Amino acid sequence: MDFLRPATWAEALAAKADRPEVVPIQGGTDMMVELNFDVRRPPGLLDLNRITELAGWSSEPDGRLRVGAGVSYARLIAELGDRLPGLAQASRTVGSPQIRNRGTVGGNLGAASPAGDSHPPLLATGAVVEVESAGRGVRMIPAADFYLGVKRSALEPDELIRAFWMSPASGPQYFSKVGTRNAMVIAVCSFAIALHPGERRVGTGIGSAAPTPRRAVAAEEFLAAELDWESRLDPEVLRRFGELASEAASPIDDVRGTAGYRRHAIAVMARRTLTWAWNEFRSGHFERRAG
Amino acid sequence: MRVTFTVNGRRETADDVWEGESLLYVLRERVGLPGSKNACEQGECGSCTVYLDGVTVCACLVAAGQAEGREIRTVEGLADGDRLDAVQEAFVECGAVQCGFCTPGLVVQAHDLIERIPRPSDAEIREALAGNLCRCTGYEKILDAVRLAAARKAGDR
Ligand SMILES: Cc1cc2nc3c(=O)[nH]c(=O)nc-3n(C[C@H](O)[C@H](O)[C@H](O)COP(=O)(O)OP(=O)(O)OC[C@H]3O[C@@H](n4cnc5c(N)ncnc54)[C@H](O)[C@@H]3O)c2cc1C
Ligand code: FES
Ligand code: FES
Repeated sequence: MDFLRPATWAEALAAKADRPEVVPIQGGTDMMVELNFDVRRPPGLLDLNRITELAGWSSEPDGRLRVGAGVSYARLIAELGDRLPGLAQASRTVGSPQIRNRGTVGGNLGAASPAGDSHPPLLATGAVVEVESAGRGVRMIPAADFYLGVKRSALEPDELIRAFWMSPASGPQYFSKVGTRNAMVIAVCSFAIALHPGERRVGTGIGSAAPTPRRAVAAEEFLAAELDWESRLDPEVLRRFGELASEAASPIDDVRGTAGYRRHAIAVMARRTLTWAWNEFRSGHFERRAG
Repeated sequence: MRVTFTVNGRRETADDVWEGESLLYVLRERVGLPGSKNACEQGECGSCTVYLDGVTVCACLVAAGQAEGREIRTVEGLADGDRLDAVQEAFVECGAVQCGFCTPGLVVQAHDLIERIPRPSDAEIREALAGNLCRCTGYEKILDAVRLAAARKAGDR
């Protein structure tokens, strides 16, 4: 086995193009478990820790944030929690402090597990994943097109994840996760919501209730048509939203829960997160906080 | 491969390190620092917690090669000679140690908490220690120890 330690992004891309079979490692919180338990024995590891670009984030001219694939959950919460509240809320539920000190959104995307906690907020906010290869340059992949199957993504063998792009929240955002206890749990299922009041639109993301993380598209379209942004939340609209969110899932029975339970829980979380977000929006609290 | 890093202020070099090896293995088996414990090797128990460039991590999930050139502080590096750190002292006094297997990880994680938040609330203590499992004590005496250590350190200041 080889251990490659590129010092720059260009070197990393060259190494991955040269040897597509080597496996990137960032926080190692997924990768090292597989190595320790001999689940995987790749021909080489490509350590990305030394690449400073990956560990930083910036505000771009178009107003969006470009967050390096190697920014840890702990830093994301501390440095971007105010601007990316939904993703920060999800990040707070990842593992333990030690895991959040090392684990990254880039690694979560690389692993592409349907249970990864960053995925629902990435979907709900319309985030875009920036990937790059030495041969073909940069590709910008909307989160909704990134996840292809269980632990399969649109990333090509010669590509690396450089960053994700996300707009600072323009409205309330929430994340909800069902697990057997408060800390250190993989989601039984999860749900993220993002209100975009300017566009009179609501974004959604479902986790761990289908082969891939996915949006609840029909539920989003329903809200776009039916939500009255000037008034209280109609209980019938809320009920129907939960129902449509639940119908968007296609869960399975597994060790963590049954398909029936997941369907039920998605409806509950959809109603709850919309209620939280709506109350925050109507109270004017979000505008005050953002202003 | 060869890996060189600083641990508890001393420069150490480990040879013949397997590329897929963890920092925990290197510390325990190659550098002779068995304080950090190996219980789960999957980030679940926290008994291998060490500082890596000032941030607490599970050493079992850091690839040895990722530690190259970096600074590690283990439980062995907390005491000042024969003088125990306040966290270690409080663990002994409060009876927060039974079999002791979880202790090194808890001590490092609690040490970090008090460095960052000198007067942590109970909720903050529980949150900080959520990734450290203890099968013996039932945690109450561990919480007592962290409260005592924090109070003493705050009093020192
Ligand atoms: C105890 C424990 C608890 C956990 N709890 C949670 C949880 O609650 N929620 C959750 O979502 N996850 C959880 N995880 C899983 C893990 O922490 C996350 O998936 C994390 O985001 C992985 O990030 P990393 O940087 O550590 O990834 P790594 O392990 O370094 O890499 C993960 C995968 O991504 C690939 N990769 C990494 N970086 C890149 C890149 N730049 N380009 C292309 N591919 C790349 C790697 O090759 C690998 O396949 C937990 C893990 C542990 C050990
Ligand atoms: S041995 Fe590292 S967390 Fe359990
Ligand atoms: S004292 Fe035995 S595991 Fe904690």
